Amino acid sequence: MKIDVYRKKKRQFTIFALIVLCMTFISAKLTNFSFVQGISSVPEAFRWMGSNLLITRESFEKMPSILDKLIETIFLSITATTTASIIALLLALLGSQTTKVNGFFSTLSRFIASVFRNIPIVAWALILLLSFGQNALTGYFALFLATLGFLTRVFTETIDETSNSSVEALQSTGANYYQVVSKAVLPECSPQMISWILFMVETNIRSSTLVGILTGTGIGFAFDLYYKSMNYNVVSLITLSIVVVVISIELISNYIRRVIL
Amino acid sequence: MPLLEVKNITKQYEKDKKVLSGISFDVNGGEFISIIGPSGAGKSTLLRCINRMVDFSSGEILFHNTDIMSLSKKDLRKYRTQIGMIFQHYNLVSRLTVIENVLHGRLGYKTTLQGIMTRFTEEEKKEAFHLLEKLGMREHAYKRCDHLSGGQKQRVGIARALIQQPKILLCDEPIASLDPNSSKVIMDHLKNISQELRITCIVNLHQVDVAKHYSERIIGLNGGQIVYDGAPQELTTTNIHQIYGSEAENLILA
Amino acid sequence: MDTVKSSVTFDIRTKPSGKIKITNWNKSKVVMTGTLLVLTLLSMYGFLTFDYKEINLIQATLDTLANLKLMFLQANLNNFTLAEAIYQIGLTVGLAFLATIIGAVISLFIALFAAKNLSPKPLANTIIIFIAFIRAVPTVLWVFIFAIAAGLGSEAAILGMLLHTVAFLVKAFAESIEELDAGVIEALRASGANWWHVVTNAVIPSTMTSLLSWTFLRFETNFTVAVAMGAVAGAGGIGFELFMASGFYFDMKEVGFITYAILLIAVMLEFMSTRLKKRYIVKS
Ligand SMILES: Nc1ncnc2c1ncn2[C@@H]1O[C@H](COP(=O)(O)OP(=O)(O)OP(=O)(O)O)[C@@H](O)[C@H]1O
Ligand SMILES: [Mg+2]
Repeated sequence: MKIDVYRKKKRQFTIFALIVLCMTFISAKLTNFSFVQGISSVPEAFRWMGSNLLITRESFEKMPSILDKLIETIFLSITATTTASIIALLLALLGSQTTKVNGFFSTLSRFIASVFRNIPIVAWALILLLSFGQNALTGYFALFLATLGFLTRVFTETIDETSNSSVEALQSTGANYYQVVSKAVLPECSPQMISWILFMVETNIRSSTLVGILTGTGIGFAFDLYYKSMNYNVVSLITLSIVVVVISIELISNYIRRVIL
Repeated sequence: MPLLEVKNITKQYEKDKKVLSGISFDVNGGEFISIIGPSGAGKSTLLRCINRMVDFSSGEILFHNTDIMSLSKKDLRKYRTQIGMIFQHYNLVSRLTVIENVLHGRLGYKTTLQGIMTRFTEEEKKEAFHLLEKLGMREHAYKRCDHLSGGQKQRVGIARALIQQPKILLCDEPIASLDPNSSKVIMDHLKNISQELRITCIVNLHQVDVAKHYSERIIGLNGGQIVYDGAPQELTTTNIHQIYGSEAENLILA
Repeated sequence: MDTVKSSVTFDIRTKPSGKIKITNWNKSKVVMTGTLLVLTLLSMYGFLTFDYKEINLIQATLDTLANLKLMFLQANLNNFTLAEAIYQIGLTVGLAFLATIIGAVISLFIALFAAKNLSPKPLANTIIIFIAFIRAVPTVLWVFIFAIAAGLGSEAAILGMLLHTVAFLVKAFAESIEELDAGVIEALRASGANWWHVVTNAVIPSTMTSLLSWTFLRFETNFTVAVAMGAVAGAGGIGFELFMASGFYFDMKEVGFITYAILLIAVMLEFMSTRLKKRYIVKS
């Protein structure tokens, strides 16, 4: 009996491994990826990085303008996240099983969230670019929509998971919907929700770099500019400054999470 | 005239499965009633039908002679303020203070805005402290609820229900998560409440001996039907067997 | 009894206005309020200082809505065939798959040294810090950086995505491994098993399911990243077609079709990964 289970497991694993191997092979064919070339270019790439991605004294002269762009990017991701989180909260309240108003709005909210988070942020950026042009608002709306989708989902899950019992208690005292939301749901869920908002701010800094390359705003634009003019010293300075910002935000968020959760 | 009349109610969550069928009983002011029965008998469902947290499928419940199914949304709120509820898992808002949780019992009397803005009167706050004092919880008033022990949490739950100034207290297994000492404290408080304040207590219980010791009347539920309704002294082993089926021996031993 | 009661009678706290206090400002509440306040202020400041370049917001919004209507209601292919579209989607999925699977294998090895219950603390910490650094760089920048050395194309894209995948998975894997019951490892060690025995007999079998679901979760992310790399970093695939349709042909109907295709794949992947996650990550 036990040996049987063991054999079955082993067979399942072998089949699984074969499928993965097959898919790897197909993927490699499809993408023209050669493992040999790929692997051999890694040391090359790192050697190149080591010798070219140096931050020189001259590149520091660009620091003020880099800082300017960086701040623009930071603000972009914060504004997009906070505004999206407000709408996401409303949608999540409609979507959650505990706080839903009716089945129709609940399904609608889940549907909206799913569409918004599964259309990649680049797609939003490209679509918005057509009417908004190369503008900070293009990036703002692209980040906003993708964030809205993600936050609605996690907020809905948070409400579903954490506030069931106290909602029941408050309803049984005769409290109405708005009172239940403000006195039970929000106090119970806000730590988790703030944690997700911080996570999203962090993610959005990286995303807005990507979007910035398309929309010609923020640090993404600066990176693209110096990259195309092959000024790699400045490129590495920009990269480093992004790293510093992202890690600082991560550290601050971690501190906040430790205190509130 | 009885305070509450439950007349022939049935409840189905799914189509052809009756969780409650043909339940009828009357409740008078100040009574202390225990509902016992095996898991899944429908005890929790029955309690929730009384304050309409669950809508029953047929039959009627009259409170002061009004049919509670006919209540408008606003009147239902008003009705619920008169029915306090106490839960097995306390159902407190764990991140708020004890006193805030107690005051939640007043929300039913507030307008939406007053509730959201936390506008409680000084009298209400004093009453909350007074209740906590009676329950021996005064010094914990400003603690966060997740820092309390189970027995303390349940006392907060009781205070929250009492500040509603209810006519009836519905208690769904109030001591199922507590140790024997805290259980006794909680049951004693409930007994006092029903005797001194003349508030009707309907308590779901899993322990037959506790039910016998505290209540004036026991309702035995099995498979969604009342199989016993009478005084605790008259509850025989046969009755218990009827209520719990084959589980009876294990239960009495426990 | 009475004396005890009276000694605690005056513990009611009052506000300066003389009203009874009911809240308690503990550290967690202060920090939460502070965080929300700071975020709100920063957002307001952000909105005031954005470079709007005299955009006509209403007109642009209306245009976008018109575009969206065209996209989603009249989705169609004009500049390439359905077969080609499927091929391009396959290409993008392939990129994501390669980056994920190679990344997962590498990550598993590194994670063994990054988990504090298997490896000395200094080594584990060094790896974690290094990984955090790599993760902080946006994927697209890694792809661009690799493109200089390897040329734009699938190699650069895969290497760039790979690096980020490894940085993500090592952290996730190491955390999964650290959640492992300490007793299991100890018991094996006590019976004389060496490090590799512990890894192959205890660590990998008991964390396998959670490692798999993390990997799948990353696959889902990598699909989106691969679309982005196609559009921004010339990695080809459906992302590049999207870029061409919107930025070159200005063909909203085709943008619509491509968006639908991406949406379909993404929803499918998400569905699978939530099911895996529900079964394995949440439970453990
Ligand atoms: N929301 C619901 N949806 C569907 N079925 C339900 C729901 N709530 C309860 N039930 C079913 O109704 C029956 C009675 O449940 P109820 O919770 O009232 O029993 P109980 O007597 O309180 O049991 P316990 O002692 O375990 O608390 C059970 O079979 C349960 O599965
Ligand atoms: Mg129950």
